Amino acid sequence: MILTAQTLPDAEALLAELLRQIAPTVGKNTALIGIRTGGVWIAERLHKALGLNIALGTLDVSFYRDDFEQRGLSSQVRPSTIPFSVDEQDLILVDDVLYTGRTIRAAMNELFDYGRPASIRLATLIDRGGRELPIAAQYVGATLDVAPNRNIELQRTDDGRLSLVLREDTKAAGH
Amino acid sequence: MGDPDSSDENNESMTANPQLNRNGELTHLLSIEGLPASILWQILDTARSFVSIGEREVKKVPLLRGKSVFNLFFEASTRTRTTFEIAAKRLSADVINLNIATSSQNKGERLLDTVDNLAAMNADMFIVRHAQSGAAHFIARHVSPNIHVINAGDGRHEHPTQGLLDVFTIRHYKHDFSKLRVAIVGDVLHSRVARSQIHALSILGCPEIRAIGPRTLLPREIQGLGVHVYHDMHEGLKDVDVVTMLRLQNERMQGPLLPSPQEFFKNYGLTPEKLARARPDAIVLHPGPMNRGVEIDSSVADGTQSVILPQVTFGIAVRMAVMSILAGN
Amino acid sequence: MKILIHGGRVVDPTSGLDRIQDLCIAEGRIAAVGSIPDGFHPDRKINASGMIVCPGLVDLAVRLREPGYEHIATLESEMSAAVAGGVTSLACLPDTDPPLDEPGLVEMLKHRARQLNQARVYPLGALTQGLRGERLTEMAELTEAGCIAFTQADAPIVDTAVLLSALDYASTFGYQVWLRPQEHFLARNGVAHEGQVATRLGLGGIPVSAETIAIATVVNLMRNTEARVHLCRLSSAAGVAMVREARAQGLKLTCDISIHHLHLSEMDIGYYDSNCHLQPPLRGQRDRDALRAALLDGTIDALCSDHTPVDEDAKQLPFAESDAGATGLELLLPLALKWGDETGTPLAQTLARVTCDPARILGIDAGNLAIGRAADLCLFDAERYWKVDAQSLKSMGKNTPYFRMELRGRVCFTLVEGQVVYEL
Repeated sequence: MILTAQTLPDAEALLAELLRQIAPTVGKNTALIGIRTGGVWIAERLHKALGLNIALGTLDVSFYRDDFEQRGLSSQVRPSTIPFSVDEQDLILVDDVLYTGRTIRAAMNELFDYGRPASIRLATLIDRGGRELPIAAQYVGATLDVAPNRNIELQRTDDGRLSLVLREDTKAAGH
Repeated sequence: MGDPDSSDENNESMTANPQLNRNGELTHLLSIEGLPASILWQILDTARSFVSIGEREVKKVPLLRGKSVFNLFFEASTRTRTTFEIAAKRLSADVINLNIATSSQNKGERLLDTVDNLAAMNADMFIVRHAQSGAAHFIARHVSPNIHVINAGDGRHEHPTQGLLDVFTIRHYKHDFSKLRVAIVGDVLHSRVARSQIHALSILGCPEIRAIGPRTLLPREIQGLGVHVYHDMHEGLKDVDVVTMLRLQNERMQGPLLPSPQEFFKNYGLTPEKLARARPDAIVLHPGPMNRGVEIDSSVADGTQSVILPQVTFGIAVRMAVMSILAGN
Repeated sequence: MKILIHGGRVVDPTSGLDRIQDLCIAEGRIAAVGSIPDGFHPDRKINASGMIVCPGLVDLAVRLREPGYEHIATLESEMSAAVAGGVTSLACLPDTDPPLDEPGLVEMLKHRARQLNQARVYPLGALTQGLRGERLTEMAELTEAGCIAFTQADAPIVDTAVLLSALDYASTFGYQVWLRPQEHFLARNGVAHEGQVATRLGLGGIPVSAETIAIATVVNLMRNTEARVHLCRLSSAAGVAMVREARAQGLKLTCDISIHHLHLSEMDIGYYDSNCHLQPPLRGQRDRDALRAALLDGTIDALCSDHTPVDEDAKQLPFAESDAGATGLELLLPLALKWGDETGTPLAQTLARVTCDPARILGIDAGNLAIGRAADLCLFDAERYWKVDAQSLKSMGKNTPYFRMELRGRVCFTLVEGQVVYEL
């Protein structure tokens, strides 16, 4: 199926699907960590819906990216905040779109600089294939075929609703 | 100037802003003067992220892995060198410290030969401290474009990372520059810290900057930098939100500029009584190292309004931010 | 050797003559201007159409760097730079190594210069031994050896009593004293004008008062002596005003400025351009404007190149550590013309400031086109642009604030004593 703006899935529906998959696996040591920016939006919604005790963590992986040489530092780096000890926790990393796997590699490297988690699982709204690293998501909202010159982006409206848009990829293909 | 192409560039760089590349991105940090506000904000925002890294157990990120950062200190300063060294190491760079003040320059080696030699060791970044104003500009003009130069203090010109950490600290405590009154006290004439802070504050929109000191320690043309001049400490500190005390160099404490450190302290030393003239929530900065009893009374230096130690912590984050922004451009 | 220069626009700043006509040279002298005498059969004809024919330039401040600084510049290189710039007479400064404080050194220099057979060299003798500002030199001996005046160059006389006796002694014999007015203590830690730019760049400042105090000292000492003083390289509006006032009171005071201070200001330092590290320092724009006006109204008598070749390595340093000075011999004419253009000054008057006016200060018969006078001439194309760079400059000193600039006015021929010593 060729993906067009019309055939893009509804982000809210995918979010519900993710929630359905994650809910049965949550334990007392489960903590959510969203990856900036889209992953944090999703993680915030999941965190609330799951009613987790442990506060939500957010990661900005800018300092761990492997394309720093080519792209330089993003002009809007924000601090990562992990408001709990990651040691012996069961972490669920949350991202919007899983593609090459490089962002997840960076995120895991950063997490290990905070400590030694018991386990890390990955939740993503969309898996678009095209992996360059041996990384897989345990929770997937939808699997889509996207042309290499296109990007799927998550957007959030003022009332907090999530939606997906398709864009020409102007930058080099990467994360 | 044998090579016509290089001299073309040389000539251009005498007038064009030598700190920015063709895309307007920061490629060297030589002075605060001449930087657009957007770059200052970018550095301050990025530094915020690095502060949180300093609070982690593993205080290191892999951003500059494999890069070589050379500390070129033509003028000895253990403290400044150390903060740059820590910043570079926290970015995973390899740091090479060269105390040139005591090595090659004494053997009469030409400055540019020293620089060329180090560049040939595949340096990625030079941190330059030199007793002459303009030395960092001079080195930046000379090195190949893939080497980034950071001015760690040149003569009495600028000390841009210090200026940035000062405004970072002020922002941390005061959040907003648009209503601040800032007083800078002491030897402004010889102070690169003062120049950098003055430029940074005015670029970020601080409406009132005061310089306080005797005429012998204030540049005659200082009003040209947009600064209000006060000679009376009581008057100058009235209602300010921030007080920056400058270090008075030992060699200037007695002689033609000042009669004695005691008299300086009497007039311009920051005591609790003088600080009481400032707003009750005013903060006190000092670039260090302090001369207690000369610029500042111990009870102020160690008091609740002092943010002198946080300045040091923030200084590392600010230097990490500058290095990683430069290395990426 | 007879030469006919035909079709050129002949400008004689002394007489004010400015007309297209021929000029005949015989036996090294100007034989005729205007009509060609009967029976004049030239050995060489120079077609000067489109060119200006004027007296050779007279430069009051040249450093030839010999003896002692041959690695920076040599007599050969700088003398060829002089004629390439249309300069046929020059005063050279005594701050060589050793300084020109002994007759033997002066004789040697004159001898070497004569052998090169190019511009005429008029040495300025050292006013004090070793330029140390302590003991007077043997001025009579030095005059006999060829010195035309005495100076300290840039070296100070800290002790005002020594300055007073130097003026007294020189005036006893009618020797002229040339002084660059700069108070030692106010200037010693400075490398730039104490103003906006030095404040911004954190460079040590030299206040204008360093110049005015020195002028006040000289002027006051002159009142009690018969001294004839020439002030070198004024830099400030306040300094010019003091000279104007002193002259109005009848003091025998002349002065000059350099090509740098005529066109540039502290702003040209930009981001520490060491080519703009000069002595005295480039001052504010108002100072520059006052100097330009004073050169026009004659308060400033002459424009000089302040030719100071500097070793390339000595400029490749942070501003304050670099050597002061810039090359200038080949820029004197185009920069004088630029000033003339910008101020709307008639060509004859513009040229007077670099020909007959400096000649008058030197006390030499030069800078005019009178019949019978030695044929020292400069032929230049006033419309020709050229680029200042390492290739175009003959001087070994390539450092100048004007580097890479396009300047108008190119010397095509230079003649000294009726001989072509330079041809483009």
